[in-house]
Parts: sequence; structure tokens; C-alpha cells
Amino acid sequence: MLTLTLNGQRHCLNHLPADTTALSLLRGHLGACGTKEGCASGDCGACTIAIGTRHDSGDLHYHSANACILPAHQLHGCHVLTVEGLPRGEHLHPVQQALVDHHGSQCGFCTPGIVMSLFCLDHDRRRRGMNGPPDDDTIDATLGGNLCRCTGYRAIRDAARAMHTLPCPVMDDPAELPETAMAGGFHRPENRHALIEILTQHPQARLIAGGTDLMLEHTLALKPLPELIDLSAIGELRHIDEQADGWWIGAGVTYHRLAPLLADHYPAFHALLERLGSLQIRYRATLAGNLANASPIGDTPPVLMALGARLRLNGAQGMRELPIDDFFTGYRCTALAEGEYLDAIYLPRLRDGEQLLAWKVSKRRDDDISAVMLALRAVTGHDGRLNNVRVACGGMAATSQRARHAEAALEGRVFDGDVLANACKAIAEDFSPIDDVRASRDYRLAAMAGLLARARYRLTSRHDAIPMTLEEI
Amino acid sequence: MRKLIQSSTAAAVTADKAMPGHDSATGHVTGRAAYIDDLPGPADMHHLAVGLSPHASARIRRMDLSEVRCQPGVIDVITAADIPGHNEVGAVYPGDPLLAENDVRYAGQMVFAVVADTLYHARCAVAHARIDYELQAPALDPVASIKAGLTVLPEHVHERPLPAPALDRGAAMSEDTQTSGNVDRALQAAAHVLTGEQCIGGQEHFYLESQIAQAERLDDDGLRVLTSSQHPSEVQKLVAEVLGIPLHGIVAEVRRMGGGFGGKESQAAALGAMAALAAHRNGCAVRFRLPRADDMQATGKRHPFHNRYQVGFDDTGRLTGADITLIGNCGHSPDLSEGVVDRAMFHADNAYYLGHARVTGHRAMTHTASNTAFRGFGGPQGMMPIEGAMDDIARYLGLDPLDVRKRNLYDVEHCETHYGQQIDQPLIKDLIETLEASSDYRARRRDIAAFNADSPVIRKGLALTPVKFGISFTARHLNQAGALLMIYTDGSVLVNHGGTEMGQGLHTKVCQVVARELGIAYHRVRISATRTDKVPNTSPTAASSGADLNAMAARHAAITLRERLVDFASDWQALPREQLMLKDDGLTTKNGHIKWSELIQQAYLARVSLSATGFYATPEIHYDRRTGRGRPFYYYAWGAAVSEVHVDTLTGEYRVARVDILHDVGESLNPAIDRGQIEGGFIQGMGWLTTEELKWDDQGHLLTTGPATYKIPACGDAPRDFRVSLLEGHPNSQATIYRSKAVGEPPLMLAISVWSALRDAIAGLADDRSSPRLDTPATPERVLMACQAARAGRKGAPITREEVSDAMSAK
Repeated sequence: MLTLTLNGQRHCLNHLPADTTALSLLRGHLGACGTKEGCASGDCGACTIAIGTRHDSGDLHYHSANACILPAHQLHGCHVLTVEGLPRGEHLHPVQQALVDHHGSQCGFCTPGIVMSLFCLDHDRRRRGMNGPPDDDTIDATLGGNLCRCTGYRAIRDAARAMHTLPCPVMDDPAELPETAMAGGFHRPENRHALIEILTQHPQARLIAGGTDLMLEHTLALKPLPELIDLSAIGELRHIDEQADGWWIGAGVTYHRLAPLLADHYPAFHALLERLGSLQIRYRATLAGNLANASPIGDTPPVLMALGARLRLNGAQGMRELPIDDFFTGYRCTALAEGEYLDAIYLPRLRDGEQLLAWKVSKRRDDDISAVMLALRAVTGHDGRLNNVRVACGGMAATSQRARHAEAALEGRVFDGDVLANACKAIAEDFSPIDDVRASRDYRLAAMAGLLARARYRLTSRHDAIPMTLEEI
Repeated sequence: MRKLIQSSTAAAVTADKAMPGHDSATGHVTGRAAYIDDLPGPADMHHLAVGLSPHASARIRRMDLSEVRCQPGVIDVITAADIPGHNEVGAVYPGDPLLAENDVRYAGQMVFAVVADTLYHARCAVAHARIDYELQAPALDPVASIKAGLTVLPEHVHERPLPAPALDRGAAMSEDTQTSGNVDRALQAAAHVLTGEQCIGGQEHFYLESQIAQAERLDDDGLRVLTSSQHPSEVQKLVAEVLGIPLHGIVAEVRRMGGGFGGKESQAAALGAMAALAAHRNGCAVRFRLPRADDMQATGKRHPFHNRYQVGFDDTGRLTGADITLIGNCGHSPDLSEGVVDRAMFHADNAYYLGHARVTGHRAMTHTASNTAFRGFGGPQGMMPIEGAMDDIARYLGLDPLDVRKRNLYDVEHCETHYGQQIDQPLIKDLIETLEASSDYRARRRDIAAFNADSPVIRKGLALTPVKFGISFTARHLNQAGALLMIYTDGSVLVNHGGTEMGQGLHTKVCQVVARELGIAYHRVRISATRTDKVPNTSPTAASSGADLNAMAARHAAITLRERLVDFASDWQALPREQLMLKDDGLTTKNGHIKWSELIQQAYLARVSLSATGFYATPEIHYDRRTGRGRPFYYYAWGAAVSEVHVDTLTGEYRVARVDILHDVGESLNPAIDRGQIEGGFIQGMGWLTTEELKWDDQGHLLTTGPATYKIPACGDAPRDFRVSLLEGHPNSQATIYRSKAVGEPPLMLAISVWSALRDAIAGLADDRSSPRLDTPATPERVLMACQAARAGRKGAPITREEVSDAMSAK
């Protein structure tokens, strides 16, 4: 039985197939059609809903999510808000009123999603006692996954800046939901032991955490996913374990939860993360999912390779560790054996003098998949020479890969113009990229050379006053 | 009616002070505004999915759909053979079968339909078709198609004025030429001549609500079709033709669309016809929604264009002649391509007096979805050559492009277009000078030059470009509209008109006009759905004309009722008409004020008709295709934009940092709504020219079939510094509705300033005075390649799309 509250009202549903999406639950089963389908792939945000979870303090925190690719069963025990649930009688919620006042809707089809993304922002800011308007970066990050084809966004940004000025009614505090047992093809183990047991019983089942890629097999390719094993309820996998020289990141840790650690210790990785998917995606997706999914254009594998991350695999045969370099065995293939799952990822702490650089290049800045990705880790010695160089690239081959020739061209050298030229030549030896929908082979090589040049500026630049990236202007 | 509604139950009303916003704004933000897919639907409703052709060009040898019929939930499978009437949904010319018959002409063409209990079942069943195709080599290069005589219009050669166009055209070639003066001689005599070439990419509409229609059989064998269409009368007509029944048996209804942008002008008809056919056959309601990927493959887009230009000019940069060739890639069928290429040709001058001019338009056939209307309707593509030329000339002469542009603008002395229309209100010089000052153009130009001189990686670019856009349908008969106005006994007013609401705020504007004519509060007036049984024979809501036409028709109806009410009041109050006025939400007489609701009740009791129709036809417009001359446009809308871009020359990534816009809407009907159109149009145009890249493989399969690969601008792409103003103090010189001007399309072309600014930034990398070639969309990839070419001293970037064909370079 799936139990949730929708806009304060409790619903219990039986016999929902494992691959039912939250959007079809809302629109089909519950008749709540305010939430729209624009793409069924988590890219447009028209289906954005707010999922409330109760924190230890008793507060409800709301996260935005794309209902179109969210398994309905992951809403079990959650408080869901949709656009219909915000007004109090005839009174619009401040987010809604601000959008009306500032002419933030035209055709209106994206509007419910925009309302819910802004609601999550507004709710969070009020909860934290933040009084002023959100800044431009916050607004753009909040709405990065909500496409609007009509307004040009200025009016929506104005609404986002004004919503805090309107009084907010007290949101109803939904009652606690009873614990009910799940049944059917959607398995929700609560510890590793149960997970391994279910994995053994259902070798054909697919593992799902955020599901932000897996669910597209169902919504776009119409593939049934009758057996899903959900990792998101396993407390053990949601831990970040700090060690002396690094961190074990559990497979259930979402990007959103990982972000503060990255901001503190790997700013370049953090900056990259802010361009990975949208906020809706980052609330649900995980580092482990990005790896296990083995997409050739995943954004995080090159960074993990440059860092020298290690992976912990687990299964009925026991745990084992693997360097990330050995994880990808081919296009969408990994070293995971049958019955095995990716348990955690180890991020080694950067040592003194070690720098991590990471950049992606994509057609659009926000919520786009990279054409190419460069990650580079190195130590610059007192003599200006680079040491312990690790370079990895995405978008250049069937999987993310180390650039061994480029590493050799840089290792032990002063990063001057000649070394840059050699590194660019070496990259062209490391990879033979292809033309595809995101970029041509020529552009991939040229942009990669550009990123190496940017790395050189960053590692050696003497003229700090001159902006070297668009962010610095 | 036995008992009259009690008046004065509502609070006293005065005319609303604040300008109203979108009439559905509250519905939008609460989710109560329903789109077709949100409606509960009748209990017996089924869903339809279509099988799309996997090939761009093939003959259908054999179709075995027996497995499809056996799939869960399936109640019907439909092919072309099942169509009782015409298998044709072409808007103007034939060529668009509802379902493929014998052959397929693009990958994504609808071949058969499946009706099932759920959309999921219908979609799953589609995969079980076994169709044997005999493949043929697809035509995919529009320039090669023109060379081979492959065009979308029937064989036809117009009588043309001399001189004859230079392109060698076969009998099959369809082209139009607008000529004034002897352009060849002018170009020979010019002090300087430059040539250029551009590939301009198409654009997916990406309305957030994908195409949808729902049909229900009525008890009299008629059909009600709910459609997300900009042109309900066309849906009605094509449904009738496909089913072989008269028009009065079909009601097409549009409450609202989740975006249109031209993509639902002609392309929505197939959905309505398909749903109607399925409903008609099965006696149940049928909903047909295209999932995003199917929508992107099956429906047409903005025409890609291949443009070539040759301009002659003097030492000051003033044009003496221009020869411009526009090849529109129309896709597999004519659809609206006649008008689209016409409009491209009409806008080849943009805001400039070309001198001697020749404009040649071609309509190439390729085996792709039939390209169609998209905000600007060819105008944007047609303006690109002359805007490119302005920058080329400026760099060649070492001048600021703004000075070259200003030197060539239409003014009171140079005010005849290359197709012979006199421009009676050339506002552009003043408008540009105002914007130049308010945007601080000159100082920023200096600052940017100083910045670039010291910046090895990041380069800034700046450009100011104008827009002149002709308002009217170039198909003369479409410039008409009807309205139906009804006053109920409580004084509430219901308006129907032929325009459709797709987000542009048309209904709000029409309600404002009616309220103003009747002197009543805005909230008394309501517009329900657009229905073909309320107002017949409507024109598409397109060509920016929605308010111009429909508000005029509604105004006409309102004036009829106003006069009728005053006549009645004159009798009732025994006062001469001159002493009576409808204002302040009622009747004002020398004896006092009578409330509107009271007036209406008395008029009803006195048996005064409280409904009226209105009609409007745009005056004065004419155009002779044979001579290529006339006055196709009632008036022009003007605007200009200054864009500043920052380019990372290592990767080709860029940001649009600041945009200043000054735009002419005449006397604005609703400044907030107009501003929304300007900003939205600009960002949509920016997307067209920057990140929105359609890609096909070499077999004609569209690769960009969803938002994961097709990137429309996101919030973070809109300039953070975005300053938009309406030009004030210039009411329309023509007698449009309250001297306002149309605003839907013109602002889209303001985004050409972004492209021009990108070229400006890139040009700074070259050490000569050459101009970089920058095809569009100017993705980071094209920008980086152009940067590298500029640095290497090459004249143009490597051509990343079709190579220049011999046919064009031989010119």
C-alpha cells in the first residue's frame, strides 16, 4: 500500500505498478491535473511538485521534484504539495500572488511548476528567517530546471524578488502518516542486509535511487520496469563517513546533501555540481547513480577519476574495493557483477598544494549535458613544476577516461606555452572523439584544448586582475 | 426567464483603475486553468497514438498491423484506407496527407493510428506494426534541391519584371523576385561591393503544451472537437473534409493553448482530424496528445534558410544596391511556405533603404517535416542578410556598425520599400537615437574596446540592431475578423471573437476594448472559449494580428450595442441622445447616473436586443504577386535593441550580459502585456540564434527530439540587466484599434542584436577588417570555430553545415 498526503489530504493506494510515475499518480489516479506534463523526461519542470519531509526539529522541509520521472512509490510516507494546495480559500499563496502581480504567466503551462519551485525557495527562506529578496544567483538556480517559453523570465524573476513582501498564511501541518507495508514490485529495503537479500531473490530487478535517468526508460522508451529496488530508504547508504584522509559517500547521498562538503573541500567540483541537471534533479540524484548508470557523458566520473576516487561494491559475495579507473568497462558497462551494487564512493582529501580543476562545456549553461568535461588534479611545486598530475575527460570517448598521454605531457613540467601545446597534442592521442548531437569531433578537441589553456592560466596566472572566465567578469 | 436577477447585489463598481493582467493569471498560478489534457473527459474516452515513419523517403510496400490490433486495450487501428473523405490536411496547397498513403516523405510522418483505452497502451501497441518500406534516397540539402528543381509548389513561373534573375531556373523552379531599378548596373558602378553567405537554422516551437485534440460525437451525428489550435475554423474545415460531412456538423473549440508561436497555426489540424476520425468510427470520445518526442518529429518548425547577399555601397557606407537571395527549406510539402518565403522577401530590407534591389525567394523541398509558421513567419530569416551586411560594411570601412546602420535607415526621403510600399511613419531614426543615448552606447563601445585590448581570453561585443516589421497577413483574405457580443440581464457581458488565446493576453485586450466602448468596468466583461459555432469563418490568430483584427470586430459589436442602448435610453428617459453617455459603469444623463445593471434590465424589459455581431476587414492593403509590388502591410511596427555579450574565446561559451530595448507599439492597449510580449519574443529570438540547434543525421532523422538535446533559453540565460521601454508619443498613423500596434512577432527580431554582438566580439580577434562568418544557431561550437578562424586570419569560419553549393557561388 502506498500512503501519502496530497495537499493535506491522506491517500492510500493499492496495486500500483512499480514504474508508476508520481505524475500519473497525481493526474490519473488522484485527479489533480494542475501539475502538467511538458516532456516526461525531467527537463522542462512543468511537473514540479514539492515533497515535504519532517526533520528532527519537527519542521517540514520542502524539496522540488520532477513528478514525471519520480516513481510514485518513492512518495510513500511523504507530504506532497502541488499547485492546487497552496491557496487558502480565495487567498493566493504569496508566490502565486507575486506571479499574478508581476505578470509572470502568459500561456500558463509552465506556471504550476514555476510556482512550486518558487514555493520551495520561499518556504525555506521563511523557515530560516531570511527577510530580504533572494539574489539573482539563487533565483536562477531555483528556476534552472523550469523552462518558460513565453515570458523571457524577467517577470518571473521580479515575482521571485517580491514574494517575500507578501504575508504568508500558516501552512497546514499535515498529520503523521501511519507506517504501512509496501507490496508489489517496488521493493524498499531499509538496510544493507535486506537489500542484498532482495537483490539475490530478484536478480532481474533494477536498482533505483534518484531514478532521474532510469525512469526515462519507462517514460520515453515505454519499457516496463516491473521490479525496482529502491535504495533511498536505506539509512546506512545515506551517510557521509569522514576519515582522516577523505570521505566515504554512501550510495544514497543526494547531490543536494553532498553539496556542502564539496563547497568546503572541492570548490571546483561544487561549481560543476551547480550546473549538473537542475535543482529538482539534484535533490534526488546521487553520485552513485551517475556512476552505476555509466553514461558516457556523466559529469562526475571525470572529477572522481582526477581525484583518484575509490568505489566500494557490495553483494552476497561480500564487499570489495575498486579504483574508479577500473569501474567503467565499456559503453554503459561497469565492473558490477550480478547481484552486486555500488555501496559507497571514497573521495580522497586534497593534500596541501594540491589543486582540483573541473569544467564542463555545454550548449546551455544550466541543465544541459556536457559536450566535453575536463578534470585535472595536480600539485604545483615551489619550482613551478606540476606533480601528481591526474587528468580525466568526459565526452571524448565511450566512457569517461583518464588522459594518460596528457598527464605524461604535464607531469614534472612547468606549465608554459610549449607544455600546453604538447598537452593538447597528447589529448588528441588519448582520445578520438566522435561527432554527435552535442558536438562535433573538431569542437570537442578544440574545446578541450581551450580548457587546458584555461587550466594553464589558472595554475600559473600572474595577472589576476584580468578575468579568464565568464564567471570572473 | 421568469424572475429577473436582482441588481446591485454586487458592490458598487467603478471603472477599474489598474490595467488588468492576463485574464487567466489566477487560473494559471492555481492550476485551475485547464488545458485539454486536464479535462476529465467522457467516461468512454479513448486515447490515440500514431505510428511514425522511420524513414525520410520510402515507398510503403506492405503494412501488417495485425499484431497491433491484438495488443492490450486496443479498439481500433486506422490507416489511410479508412478515411471516408479526403486524406489531406494541407492548409493552403495539397501535399499533407493525414496518414501516409503509398509513400512516406519524412521521418516522423504519421503512417497509422491506434486507439486504445489508455495512452500508454496505444503507444505500446504502435511498436508492433510490421511495415515493409522500399527506401529511396532522401533530398536533405535545400541548396541541392533548388539546383535539382525540387521545390514544394507546383510547377509555375511568374511573369517577372526585368532584369531577369541571375539564377538559372528550370521550369519546376518556383521563385518570386521583387525588383526595383537595375540592380546589376548599380552593383557594377558601386564604389565597394561585398558578398556574404549564411546558413540560418530552423527552430522548434517548443510550446510547453504539446499538440493535442479531443473529439466527441454529438447525438446529431455532428462532432465537437476541442483543439489546441491557433486556427479553429481550419480545424473545423479539415475535419469536415476528412470525414466528408458539411462544416455545420463540426464545432471546433479552443479555450486556451499552452503556447502556440505559430506551431499550432496549421499543424494542429492533423490532430483534430485524426481524433475526429477515430471518434467518428468508434462512436466514443477520443483524445490525441502527441508525446514530446513524437511532436518534435511529426510537426514542422521554423524554416531554415540559406541566404546569399551582395551589397554595393559608397565610401560612407551608404547602400547603392543590394542583391539578396533567400532559399527557404520548406520540408516535404508547401504548408504555409508560400507566405513564409514571401514575408522573408518583404523583410530583406529590414529598416534600410536598399537602393537598387533584387530579392529572390526560393522554396526548396527536402524530405523533412513540413516547415511552418513560427513567430516572425520568415521575417527573421529574411532580415539576417542585410543585418550581416551592415556589420560587414562597417568593418570593411573601419566604421562603427551603428553609424553605417543609421546612414541607411528609412526616412521621409527614402521611404519606398523594394516592393513599392510607401512607409508613412518612419520612426526608426528617432527611436535609434533615443536608444543610443539611453543605453549609453558610445561610452560602452569605448569601454569595451579598452577591455578587449587587455583581455586575452574574454572578449566583449556590442551591437544595436533595428526592426521594421510589416503588419497584416500577406494573404489578403485573412485580414478579417468577427465577434459576437452578448449582454445578459444582470449586466454581465460575454464576448466571443475569432481570436485564440495562447498566452499573449488577447482576451484581456479584447475585454478592455469592449469595457471601454460600453463605459463599464473591466470585470463585467468575460471571454469564454473560441468556438466556430459562435463566430464563423475565423482567421488564424497569427501574423501578430490577433488584437488588431478581433478587438476591432469586438469594438464594432460594442458600438452597435452602445448605440442601441442609447437609442433606448433616449426614449426611456425622454432625453435627446446627445445628452446621454455610457460611462462610469452606467448611463450618465443630465439628471444623474443610472447604473449599468439597471439600464440593462430596463432595456431587456423594453425588448431591446442585447446581442450583436461585429466585423472588421483591414482597409487599403493590396499586393500584386505578378509584378511584386503593392501595399501588403497596413503599417509597420518598429523597434531596436542593444545587446552586450561576453565571449570565452577558449571554449566559445558566452553570456548575454545586458540588453536595452526600445519598441514601438503605438498607443499601447496594455503596457504590461506588451512588455511581456517584447521580453518573451526577444528571449525566444535569442534562443533561435544561439542555443536552439536542430540536428538531423545523414538519413534525415531528427536527433534533437526533446529538451535534453534541444536547448531553449533557461532562466539563467536571460540577461540580468534587461531594460525594456515602450516608445511613447507615437500613436499609429493608421486607424488601428485605439492607434495601437501589433506586438506578437516584431520583438523576436530584436534578438538579431545578440548575433551581431557575438560577431562583433569575434571580429575583434582578427587583425584585418574582415567579418567573421557565423552561421546560426551560434552555439558555443560555432562561436569557438569562428574565433579560431578569425585568429588564423581566415575570412570565414569553416562552414559547419552544408557546404556552399556551386549553384550559389556561380551567381
